[in-house]
Amino acid sequence: MTTSTAPAKAPRPPAPVPPAATRGSKAKAWATRAPLLPALVFLVVVTQLPFVATLVLSLFDWNSLSPEKRHFTGLSNYASVFTDAALRDAVITTVILTASVVLVSVALGLGFALLLNRRFFGRGMVRTLLITPFLLVPVSAALLWKHALYNPEYGLFNGALNWFGSLFGIEKVVQPDWMSSMPLAAVVAALVWQWTPFMMLILLAGLQSRPDDMMEAARIDGAGRWQMFAFMTLPHLRRYLELGILLGSVYIVQNFDAVFTLTSGGLGTANLPYTVYETFYRAHEYGLASAVGVVAVIGTVLIATVALRVVSSLFREEASRA
Amino acid sequence: MSASTTTPATAPATRPRRRVTGVAVTAWVLGLVFCFPALWMVLTSFHAESDAATNPPSFAASLTLDGYRTFFGGGGGPTPWPPLVNSLTASFFSTVLVLLLALPAAYALSIRRVRKWTDVLFFFLSTKMLPVVAGLLPIYLFARNTGLLDNIWLLVLLYTSMNLPIAVWMMQSFLSDVPVSIIEAAQVDGARLPTVLSRVVAPVAAPGIAATALICFIFSWNELLFARVLTGVVASTAPVHLTTFVTSQGLFLAQLCAASVVVSLPVLAAGYAAQDKLVQGLSLGAVK
Repeated sequence: MTTSTAPAKAPRPPAPVPPAATRGSKAKAWATRAPLLPALVFLVVVTQLPFVATLVLSLFDWNSLSPEKRHFTGLSNYASVFTDAALRDAVITTVILTASVVLVSVALGLGFALLLNRRFFGRGMVRTLLITPFLLVPVSAALLWKHALYNPEYGLFNGALNWFGSLFGIEKVVQPDWMSSMPLAAVVAALVWQWTPFMMLILLAGLQSRPDDMMEAARIDGAGRWQMFAFMTLPHLRRYLELGILLGSVYIVQNFDAVFTLTSGGLGTANLPYTVYETFYRAHEYGLASAVGVVAVIGTVLIATVALRVVSSLFREEASRA
Repeated sequence: MSASTTTPATAPATRPRRRVTGVAVTAWVLGLVFCFPALWMVLTSFHAESDAATNPPSFAASLTLDGYRTFFGGGGGPTPWPPLVNSLTASFFSTVLVLLLALPAAYALSIRRVRKWTDVLFFFLSTKMLPVVAGLLPIYLFARNTGLLDNIWLLVLLYTSMNLPIAVWMMQSFLSDVPVSIIEAAQVDGARLPTVLSRVVAPVAAPGIAATALICFIFSWNELLFARVLTGVVASTAPVHLTTFVTSQGLFLAQLCAASVVVSLPVLAAGYAAQDKLVQGLSLGAVK
C-alpha cells in the first residue's frame, strides 16, 4: 500500500492535480493511481490480450487435426462466415433469438413491475417468487424446461393439457412435441422465463424513482390512469427500458448455456457463441472459429456502444443529483 | 401494508380497498403461475421416479428422498462431490481475488480520485461487453501448452477477470456513498489511512461490499462455457456435471430435479440475501 504514506497531508479527493508537473506532484499522482494498477493490468492481460490473439488467429487457415497445413489466408475466413449457409444462419439466429427474448421479457417485466409497484398483501413474497427463475443456475433451468416441461410423453405442458382435457371429458388431447415442432420458440420461451425477472427489477427501480409529487399533481389535474401511464410513467421509464433492452441484449447475444442444453444447436437454433464452440471444439477449425468469434464481438460492440452511452447518461444524472 | 394506509382520505373507502384486493389476487396468481416451473421442479425432486414421469402429472404422489439419494451416488453412479467442491473453490477464490483487486481500484475511483476517473470506470465496463468467445480459443491454446487444462485455478483466474468490471462499478458506487466530510474529519483528528478505512469507510460500505461478493459468487457458480471447454475429468464444475443430464436416460426426472435443486441452492441463497442490491449489480451500478 504505497498510499499509506500520504494520509497526513490535507485530503482533497475530487480536486484536480495542479498542472505544474513538479517531481512531488508527479509522485503523488502515481501514489493515487497505484491502487488502480493491479486491477487494470490484470484485466488487460486476461481479456484484451486473448482477443488480440483471436484477431491474429482469424487470419489463418488452421485445422488442428492437420496442423502442418496451417497458413496465412488473410480475410478468407471472414468471407466464409458470410457465404457459408450454416454460419450465415447462425448470425440470423442470433439476431432473432436476442431480439425476441429481449422484447418479450421487457414487455412481461414491465407488467410485473407495474403490479409490484402497487401496495398489496404479501408484496415481498410475490417479488421473491417472481425473481426465483432468475436465480436458478442457467443449465438447470434449461434442463428443467427440456425434460420436465417440454418432454412430449411426460412433460408438464402436455400433462397439463391432458389433465385439462380430462376435466372436460376429452379423450384424445393434442400432445405436441414442443422442441421439434418449434425449436427456436422453445429456446426463446425458456430464456424469457429466466430474463423477465431481470427486466422487472430494473423497471421496478425506475418506477420507484418516479417523483411522487409530479404524479400527485397530474392526478389532481384530473389525468386518467391511462393518460398518466402514457404521458408520465412511460417517458420517465424510457431510459430504464433502454437500459434493460441493451444490457439484456449484451447478455443474451452471448448466451451459450440454453442453446447447448436445450437443443445442442440443432434444428436451426445454433447462435454465434454456440457456433464458435462447435467450430473450434468439435470441428477443430481454429481459424474459422476465431473469425466467427470476431464477428460476434463486432455485433456485441455495436450494441454495447449504445448501452455504454445509456449507462453514462444515467450515471451522470446520479452524480449531479448527489 | 394494510389496504387502509393507502386509502386517500378524500376517496370513498370501499372502492380503493376492492381495487387493492384485485391487485393482490392478480399479483399472487401471476407470481405463482410464473414461478410454477421452479416449484414443480422442487416437488418432482421429492417424488419417486415412477411418479415423476406420469401423464397427467401426479401432484399428490407420496414424497421420498430417493432422487437426492441417487444424485449423491446412492445407486452406484458417479458422486457429484468433486464437481461441487470445484465449483465452490472456483467461486470462492475468484470472489476473494475480485475483492482484493476491486477494492483498491474502487477507492482510487471514488474516495481519492485519479484524474479522468470516469474514463477509467468506463474502460472497466467496456471489457465486460467483450463476449467470452472473444478470447476462448487463445486461452484454450495457452492452457494446453502450459499444462493448465483441467486445472481449477485457471478457472479462478478467468472468473476473476469476468467479474472484476462489475465489482469495480458496484463498489465505486458504494464507496461514493461514504461522505467525504467524515473522512476529512477523521483525518483532521489524526487518523491514519488504515484506521480511516477500517473505522470510517468499512462500516458504511460493508453491506454493498457483501452484496458485490454475493453477485460475483453467483456469476462464477453459473458459468458453463469456460468450464466446459477448459476442464475435463479432474476440475469439472457443477454446471458441467449437470450437462450429463442433457440426453435423457430412462426414468431420471426426479434425479434431474434433485440435481438442479442442489446445484441451484447456493445461487438462490446468495440471490435472496443480495436481493436489494441485485439490480444495482446487474445494471452495473447504473440503477440504484
